[in-house]
Amino acid sequence: MTTTSLPPHATALEEAVWDVLRTIQDPELPIAITDLGLVRDVTIAAGRVAVRLVPTWTGCPALVVIGDRVRDALQAVPGVKHASVEYTYDEPWTVARMTLEGRARLQSHGVSVPQCRFAEPPVCPYCGSHDVTVDSLFGPTLCRATYLCRSCRNPFERFKPPAEP
Amino acid sequence: MAGALAAIADPAVRGAFREWLLRTADDELVIGHRHSEWTGFGPDIESDVAMSSIAQEEIGHARVFYEQIGPDDGSTPDQLAFGRSPREYRHAALLEHENGGWEFSIVRLALYEPFEAGRLRLLGASGHEPVAGLARTLAREERYHGLFAETWLARLTKAAVEDRGRVQRALDEAWPDALGLLETTPADDLLRAAGVLGETPAAARAAWEDAVRPILTGCGLAIPRAAAREGGRRGAHGPEFEQMLMQMTEVRRSDPEAQW
Repeated sequence: MTTTSLPPHATALEEAVWDVLRTIQDPELPIAITDLGLVRDVTIAAGRVAVRLVPTWTGCPALVVIGDRVRDALQAVPGVKHASVEYTYDEPWTVARMTLEGRARLQSHGVSVPQCRFAEPPVCPYCGSHDVTVDSLFGPTLCRATYLCRSCRNPFERFKPPAEP
Repeated sequence: MAGALAAIADPAVRGAFREWLLRTADDELVIGHRHSEWTGFGPDIESDVAMSSIAQEEIGHARVFYEQIGPDDGSTPDQLAFGRSPREYRHAALLEHENGGWEFSIVRLALYEPFEAGRLRLLGASGHEPVAGLARTLAREERYHGLFAETWLARLTKAAVEDRGRVQRALDEAWPDALGLLETTPADDLLRAAGVLGETPAAARAAWEDAVRPILTGCGLAIPRAAAREGGRRGAHGPEFEQMLMQMTEVRRSDPEAQW
């Protein structure tokens, strides 16, 4: 059976698999891959688990690390005979895939997250001011841009989703 | 993963689509490598990081296109990226040239990104999954590269008059090879006849020029009139590429079977 999140009447194995996915952290952000919205779907059949992930950025060097973490963690779940991980590109990742918990967590680490579009006015994650200026669209990772707040004078980062068409 | 080619029954169309994907991947690999040579040498820290990020993204894009081709003949992305002779690469000559000055790299980026956007649009409408979905995804990422190039082009041409002269010279130098991005081979005719790619060469060139013209003239640059210099799409490359390939594959050639 294929699920895109933990279903209401989950089997014990589905519950165990989704529980494990929620513990896997992104190597470059303080957030679980389920909160980032990387898990497209999970298919479980006769103890074989197939996970499809959708990357935020296709060139992200963390993709291999994330894939390995998911596979290794699932392989260790009792009842899982085989686990496989694949990246899918049938639908692009958008910031709408990020959970509220994920957004709050990034915010508390000084990373501002757009509501739904990168083009909307940026907000300082420290003081809430809109009086900010972009420092660079290319920050410390592919998914972050750097800004300066003119009100509280703090530098901050903003999550950078791929541009809307 | 079966890759994009398995679903195409006609071997001639499959071969032509393979050539198109290889061209796309090779373009991204080669310009990505040239951009990466700015790491540590950019004019300021932000631009250094930006060019390095763009390089990382382009090489990542090359990888996913090589992944689409590989299953057809059992080759890995590494084998395709690093295991061929220079004549087997299908990138356009514009992308292999050495960086020279910052202005040349910016002009090249500003000319390449509109071409890449057009190509991804075409692939996105090809109806061939998963390449079409991949192309729609990558188009979103490439947009930031174009913005970076446009911002820098404006900055360079708004400085002193002699700076604009340097940018114009870089543009004049790049133009014939930029037109070479649009070079076609019999593969293009075949894919169009098969309904995979729905654009004539004339329409592709018009779309590219329509995208590029306002960027250049908006910066006070004159559009060169020189004719296209072609050959890259047929495997003709210069000594700059041979050197680059030697450098790019140096570690791999020391032990081609090593696992990283």
